[in-house]
Amino acid sequence: MRLRFTREEESFRTEAAEWLTVTLAGPFASLRGVTGLTARPEERRAWEQALGHARWSVPGWPREYGGRAAALAEQVIFAEEYARAGAPARLGHLGVELIGPTILAFGTEAQKARFLPPIAAGEEYWCQGYSEPNAGSDLSNVRTRARLERGASDDTWVIDGQKTWTSLAQFADWAFVLCRTTEGSRGRDGLSFLLVPVRQPGVSMRPIRQMTGDTEFNELFFDGARTGADCILGAPGEGWKVAMALLNFERGVSTLAQQMAFRGELDRMCALAVKNGAARDPLIRQRLAGAHIGLRIMRVSALRMLTDAGSGRLSRAAYTYKIFWATWHRALGELAMDIQGPPGEIAPTAEYRFSELTNLYLYTRADTIYGGTNQIQRNLIAERALGLPKEPRGC
Amino acid sequence: MHFAFTEEQALIHDTARAFCAEHGAASRLRKAIESPLGYDEATWRAIGEEMGWCGIALPAEVGGSALGSVELAILCEQMGRVLLPSPFLATVALAAPAIALAGTAAQREALLPGIAAGRTRATLAIANADGAPGLEGIGPRLARSKRGWRLDGAAGFVIHADAVDLLVVAARATGSQGADGVSLAVVDLDHAGVSIERLTMLDQTRPMSRVLFESAVVAPESILGDPGEAGPALGTALARAQAALAAEQLGGAEAALEIATEHAKTRIQFDRPIGSFQAVKHRLADMMVATEAARSAAYYAACAADELPEEFDEAAAIAGCWCSETFTGCTAGMIQLLGGVGFTWEHVAHLYFKRARAASTLLGSPAWHRERIAVRLLPATGGQPA
Repeated sequence: MRLRFTREEESFRTEAAEWLTVTLAGPFASLRGVTGLTARPEERRAWEQALGHARWSVPGWPREYGGRAAALAEQVIFAEEYARAGAPARLGHLGVELIGPTILAFGTEAQKARFLPPIAAGEEYWCQGYSEPNAGSDLSNVRTRARLERGASDDTWVIDGQKTWTSLAQFADWAFVLCRTTEGSRGRDGLSFLLVPVRQPGVSMRPIRQMTGDTEFNELFFDGARTGADCILGAPGEGWKVAMALLNFERGVSTLAQQMAFRGELDRMCALAVKNGAARDPLIRQRLAGAHIGLRIMRVSALRMLTDAGSGRLSRAAYTYKIFWATWHRALGELAMDIQGPPGEIAPTAEYRFSELTNLYLYTRADTIYGGTNQIQRNLIAERALGLPKEPRGC
Repeated sequence: MHFAFTEEQALIHDTARAFCAEHGAASRLRKAIESPLGYDEATWRAIGEEMGWCGIALPAEVGGSALGSVELAILCEQMGRVLLPSPFLATVALAAPAIALAGTAAQREALLPGIAAGRTRATLAIANADGAPGLEGIGPRLARSKRGWRLDGAAGFVIHADAVDLLVVAARATGSQGADGVSLAVVDLDHAGVSIERLTMLDQTRPMSRVLFESAVVAPESILGDPGEAGPALGTALARAQAALAAEQLGGAEAALEIATEHAKTRIQFDRPIGSFQAVKHRLADMMVATEAARSAAYYAACAADELPEEFDEAAAIAGCWCSETFTGCTAGMIQLLGGVGFTWEHVAHLYFKRARAASTLLGSPAWHRERIAVRLLPATGGQPA
């Protein structure tokens, strides 16, 4: 058991930090410290391309697909340096973190060669077609359907249905879509995992305004949308397996960059508490110290989870990670309001736009919902990790 | 960076688990805690002489095995799982680090080989009679006298004081504060002017005494290092003790979670195992989330003790805070999920619940640890002194 990094790993850190510092001081200075998913999309595309060009976009991927085959410790270091340098959140997140690793695991050689290099290069962007109006926590209830249309030379999947809560669809070129390909099937059977271009007449989207006032996600409509017969990951009917494997990649090294962002939020809250006197309140002091403790533990848990990830099975650290950070972050949002006091409820201008700390209060309501609600997380922990009997289904 | 056990650590873990399963069986536990000593002498001899665990974190030159805090944490975790009653924590995690860090070379050579070999049982008196935490909580006073030094005052919550061979006492120069003026004195049990009063404690698994000093004479060579200069060393020793205690708390929390989970799988009500109800399984899930975080915290502190000195003090406070709350929370959850049987004297649940409470105040309460962290986080805001 070792927490320190080796000398070689530290020299990798120096190399990464230097590249990030120089690049963010030069052409991309305007992107430093940009948070949120939707700001400055054009500059961010250019930034993603610069990352790809320097092989920093996907350090852990094989070299042939644009990575540098970095070991785990190096990926950890890069994620932390990325956040430390104030580099912007990745517009290509869903490609780089989710569908890319899934294609690496399940894709054919042709699919890897077709899809991975443009993700690494920041040329193609992805969004996720999982949730539907009637398939949220009960994801296997998806109704979006696809049928294979026989053509003279090529067969084509034709897709009809609706997806929702689709983040970043407005910037995406492709969607990975969980849909039903066996007529009359129910639940986890008969589902397939399709890769669908979204810039086509059969796909339309409508932004959803969220409680912060921003519009970061969308409804996605498929109305006779088309994709090639070879744009399926895994065999027809294996979609559930692939879809679940993809979710495990959410527990990747990017979580360490997310923690660095959390650290920034906590630092700003401490600074404000000192300035406005809230730090004299013993209860506020206890909660700030508690938040600091939770964040420290979160980093160690992430390192444990990443170290364990090689074993192939989900570790105890992995099962408990999402609910821990989500619940911690939501409590941080509540503390942010208590430190600000009533002034936190006043918008700086007439527009419905609030301070970063008030936004934190609102945004973090989503953390315990998306990616598996806290209730679903507890079911998974209890049934899979503790081996408790399943809740009887249906009626 | 590799945050998992090495092969050797995994082996120590497996050995310790098997040892504790045998020596910590419920029937032996009951017998041990009801005996006058409060622990099983055969278990203690096996720990020291057969397993050679008392020197696990001590250097080879005093007969230790020169492993580290992670290996010590592994042992403590397993002992905590079964509430193993023995002077191990007091000797190895409290007294030994104090001697190793504050003692001169001659004192280390005189005192540590006996501990490493499992021959010497030792303990550390740190808190005052009310159990106040940290260096500010030191009770006894040390003053110069004609024959050397003189100890006066009371020390409370001294683990196994009536059973050990060696007592290390923290004492202050009158009027001193913080890390200044702190000395560590080594005292025999039958020393003139030292009286030991064994107390009936809430936690039945860890005997404690109040130790009174009335003009007890201390020879200059019995003061570890230089008089009045032991504060920083004691601070580090307490952080090491906290890391070991946190691992023990982790083990206790795990055991509570397992007992409650097993009950939820087998207890049938409404024609179903109660563990199929979400009201039950969600509480167990929350216990597991806390326990896994406690595992991260405890082993973070153990790792930091060996490789990250600049983070260690805070890491120990984090582990102390989180593992205390997790252990108390999990034992409370266990009793709730066990229902009526969890409230009986016969079931082991109450022994865990009581151990959890006592452990959460032994080296500072969670709130005290948080305030120590707040002082660093929020500079110049006039919090309570750490």
